[in-house]
Amino acid sequence: MGVMDLQSEGAIVTTKLDTLVNAARSSSLWYMLFGLACCAIEMMATGAARYDFDRFGMIFRASPRQCDLMIVAGTVTKKMAPRVRRLWEQMAEPRYVLAMGSCAVSGGPFYDSYAVVKGVDQIVPVDMYVPGCPPRPEALLQGVLELQRRIRSGEIPPVRPVEPPPRPDLAYDGERAS
Amino acid sequence: MSSQIKTQELEVNMGPQHPSTHGVLRVIIKLDGEVVREATPVIGYLHRGMEKTAEKRTYFQFMPLTDRFDYLTSMLNSALYCQTVEKLCGMEVSRRAEYIRVIMMELNRISSHLVFVGTFGLDLGATTPFIYCFREREAILDLFEEAAGARMTFNYMRPGGVAQDLPAGFDRKCRDLLKKLPALLREYDDLLSDNRIFRERTRGVGVLEAGDAVNWGASGPVLRASGVDYDVRKADSYSVYSELDFDAVVRTEGDCLARYLCRTEEMRQSIRIIEQALDGLPEGPVSAKINMNLKAPAGEAYHHIESARGDMGCYIVSDGSTKPVRLKWRAPSFANLNIISKLIPGWKVADAVAIIGSVDIVLGEVDR
Repeated sequence: MGVMDLQSEGAIVTTKLDTLVNAARSSSLWYMLFGLACCAIEMMATGAARYDFDRFGMIFRASPRQCDLMIVAGTVTKKMAPRVRRLWEQMAEPRYVLAMGSCAVSGGPFYDSYAVVKGVDQIVPVDMYVPGCPPRPEALLQGVLELQRRIRSGEIPPVRPVEPPPRPDLAYDGERAS
Repeated sequence: MSSQIKTQELEVNMGPQHPSTHGVLRVIIKLDGEVVREATPVIGYLHRGMEKTAEKRTYFQFMPLTDRFDYLTSMLNSALYCQTVEKLCGMEVSRRAEYIRVIMMELNRISSHLVFVGTFGLDLGATTPFIYCFREREAILDLFEEAAGARMTFNYMRPGGVAQDLPAGFDRKCRDLLKKLPALLREYDDLLSDNRIFRERTRGVGVLEAGDAVNWGASGPVLRASGVDYDVRKADSYSVYSELDFDAVVRTEGDCLARYLCRTEEMRQSIRIIEQALDGLPEGPVSAKINMNLKAPAGEAYHHIESARGDMGCYIVSDGSTKPVRLKWRAPSFANLNIISKLIPGWKVADAVAIIGSVDIVLGEVDR
């Protein structure tokens, strides 16, 4: 990106279309209002007055079809996992996933529980991990800012092939699982 | 003519991903037009197997997990667990520790009710109270952070007392906040309680009769809003609550508005309790010297407290080893949740949202 100051009134910015689109894309990451457990409360706190998610272009939407980013905030249980996968599939591309908290990262304090999926990356691809139990709002903000940086720089390409989930037995239930 | 039009019931899934189900609750509703004929809650989407996990952990190792039952009232959960373990082992707790516990529990009750007021407003389409409530909640979390080191999931209580004494300056900061809070609570009255749209949408909606409330095992503000004067802090007093002067808030209407007003009034009562506890805070030790590999004597113990949502109980069976044989959690949200299948039928979908919101469930506790 370069800036040419031709006249005193204004300047011309030269850039690639990709850079411009990536900049726009990274600056309005609408996230899905999708609270699973404790971390959801910290996610709500991040969206509220003190931490103010909105100033980074982060606005929550209730429908997956309007969202760019899925913040998996909380424990993904085996009963919930197929729903998480389906919600992810309902999101329009380009879509990003942020695993918030120890549970979504690796199962967290429920590492030996029979009912918990040990990390949401077993059912959907994850772009950013934010550890903590639950992570402080500052940590979530840093994770989101880092994700924005990677989108802006093109490290995360907008178009990605849809890989099958590492654990299809967890990601699908009913007929699709077989 | 209109009587000849044949209508058909429509079955709709509300949740598990739905902004007004407060987590991952799924409600299967049968609709006739916009009127709900039947509502069946489906739970288990946050079942983390905590009671089973308790059998694999020592008494101290399970401490942090108790914070995650009802994650809005972590202090109350861990206090309940500690009191049950103390009952099991016949442990004594110093009076200073008991007072600190009461201060923390009541602060936590306020912060939990603040989340309720904020999200209840959000359910009914009012966004502003949510921002206000979380502003006040942050002030309380700051106090918790100073004392326990965490904003949520504090792990502050210990069998035999609390993890550490109150930090320097806690008393002054807490009093400053308590002085400010009543004025801030009046702001919510301006925004919600006296808001005509809010009142129209909650008054007379989802009325729960006292008899039904008792039969369905409801407790907490849901029960008290129906006119039943049952508060565990009064009825089966524990800790040092018998030394403190406060009122159990009871209303008779039993509708969504009454449940909401019960909670806002409870916040004011909590302020009273904390002020008295700060005044009467005795000197002394805050924790007992206990072997971290605590071996509870064989036997069983049940203890229950008044959480922000109701009568919360913990039952532990011990065989004399370092781990419990069985741990059972009596979750008030679980009992309260079932009532929605009775309250919702006959109301419109928008009212169903108000009713679910007014019951104030936390799925972490329902599913455990």
